[in-house]
Amino acid sequence: MTGRPDESSTALEVRDLSVVYPAARGRGPARAVDGVNLRIGKGEIVALIGESGCGKSTLARTLVGLVRPTGGEVLHEGTALDYSARGLKRYRRHTQLVLQDPGGALNPKQNVYDAVALGPRLHGLTEDLPLTVHDALARAGLRPPEQYFDRYPHELSGGQQQRVVIAGVLALNPSVIVADEPVASLDASVRGEILKLILRLRDDLGLSALVVSHDLGLAWNIADRVAVMYLGRVVEQGTVEEVLLRPQHPYTRALLSVVPTGADDWRPTLLAGEPPDPTAIPAGCRFHPRCGRWADADPDTRAAGACDRRTLPVLAPDTSGAACHLLTSSHLENA
Amino acid sequence: MTTEAPGAAGKTTTEDTPLLEVRDLHVTYRQGGNDVPAVRGVDFTLAPGDTLGIAGESGCGKSTMALSLLRLQDRGARVEGEVLFRGENLLTTAWSRLRAVRWAGASVVFQGAMSALNPVRTVLDQIVEPIVLHDKVRVSEAERRATELLDSVGIPARRVRGYPHEFSGGQRQRVMIAMALACRPDLIIADEPTTALDVMVQAQILELLAESVRESRIAVMMITHDLSLLAHTCDRLAVMYAGRIVELGPSRQVLQAPEHPYTRALSRAFPTIGDPASRRAPAGLAGDPPRPSRTSVGCDFADRCPDVLPVCRTGEMQLWPAGPGRSAACVRALPDQGGTP
Repeated sequence: MTGRPDESSTALEVRDLSVVYPAARGRGPARAVDGVNLRIGKGEIVALIGESGCGKSTLARTLVGLVRPTGGEVLHEGTALDYSARGLKRYRRHTQLVLQDPGGALNPKQNVYDAVALGPRLHGLTEDLPLTVHDALARAGLRPPEQYFDRYPHELSGGQQQRVVIAGVLALNPSVIVADEPVASLDASVRGEILKLILRLRDDLGLSALVVSHDLGLAWNIADRVAVMYLGRVVEQGTVEEVLLRPQHPYTRALLSVVPTGADDWRPTLLAGEPPDPTAIPAGCRFHPRCGRWADADPDTRAAGACDRRTLPVLAPDTSGAACHLLTSSHLENA
Repeated sequence: MTTEAPGAAGKTTTEDTPLLEVRDLHVTYRQGGNDVPAVRGVDFTLAPGDTLGIAGESGCGKSTMALSLLRLQDRGARVEGEVLFRGENLLTTAWSRLRAVRWAGASVVFQGAMSALNPVRTVLDQIVEPIVLHDKVRVSEAERRATELLDSVGIPARRVRGYPHEFSGGQRQRVMIAMALACRPDLIIADEPTTALDVMVQAQILELLAESVRESRIAVMMITHDLSLLAHTCDRLAVMYAGRIVELGPSRQVLQAPEHPYTRALSRAFPTIGDPASRRAPAGLAGDPPRPSRTSVGCDFADRCPDVLPVCRTGEMQLWPAGPGRSAACVRALPDQGGTP
């Protein structure tokens, strides 16, 4: 394993985090994030994997202070987030968000220079601004930077646009990047280039990153650790090797099985039903209505597991393991 | 690329008479007084029951190519060449004939079901309409068939009078598939049918599509940017770059032993989990595809190609034979170049 960063110190941590959106149109309140512990070490890349509606984007927004948690806390280098306007502004110099669609993130009427200079200007960091913009573009892989200063988003390819967005983030010299599906809207050949860039930023600048994605291949390509989220909870976490090569949770196994392998005997495990609904979280283990392991279990195992009734404890940060009643050795925090 | 290229795109391995024969297809847009070629000479053949995947990145012309087969291209685009559907040229045939072919002969599953479905009509009505129009049956009979179809794609009868917004993205795409099957077509053109869907739902939809066509000998043309998905759903694979097919052959072979460096780059972009070579080593391809408005000499891929030769900058590329049932538009695939070990 190369370039394994020092993980002894924590860049960003959430403790027992929950985000509940108020009830709307005859539905119950949506428990988008429902008890999550997560830690991102300094210089570490953590992949947060899940399907739409699992709460991963809400969690990402909570990490950068765009969403205020209903319960629990976000800690930046050990200090709880200050949600005053001033506190948030200070915090956002250190923690920056990269979104999925660079075309939507960039102002079509703003040239590349102004787009990258936006952050430093907001934070009053205008000394040597041209140099800052120049360096940020170069680090994001747009070289020579001057050639891009006067260009507008529509003159750039999708990959170049995403590099401009990343340059805008780098201009503030942050310590943590939270990237929500940073390559989902990009073409296959460009995807690898942007992922390489994220890896290089970690290696060269020591940046920490949480990368939110539905793509397990992305985790294999760049992450150190993985957390798999289902209906507002982390159901399995560990190093990339642990989770992707020796998955424990039936949901992780199903997710892995639908990634095409190219092998002749590829048989995906299809989960029945639609992605679950955070306004109606099932009792007991929240995954049990779609769980093949539960459905196929013999009566004794079912009685012992009681997945439809017995609540699962929340996974502790930094442990490796899965939240599943039907595992013989799950590393669960005592609830 | 010429139509006469020996053993090129056109030949299928089956002995059926072709259902669809595409010959030297060109699609050209007018943009600001300039001709912008989007599709620049595409040839291939589909036999009944064939499944062909079309892979390539945005702007490579794959969707334009597929939609122009049924003259569904954007207004103002010029389409040249031949599209022979059961021997009838769809590019020159009368609109009345074309309307008969659409739905009953060949139907389309569009990407983005929300915009393809009519938001103010129930999903049942939207499937009943083509059945009544094409099969000339009574509404009650059409409703019975539509309900059956929807049930077969996993939409229960109690929900068929719902409106598109009442369904999830995956369910809407199921409705689209039921619609495509409504008039029992011989060919389904699926344009990125699972883009924007979750991996799990995507796998469900592809399995459904494969099941629906398996026994009925419906031919499928599936367009997507995800090469690895196509390998499992389609027998053959065509990779497009800058408006042309650059590689064509049996899916597994194309994916596992690509002849064209662009195919190789695409297949590496989706890592195999567990493969040490791709761990902490994402594979990409520097540069961007050429703009369609640019005219160039030599291979369109030369600027991004890791294995470029001097001849690539000057010579004309064709889809050359590259093994049984395979062809590739790369000089390295030619025996006299000795490029392939």
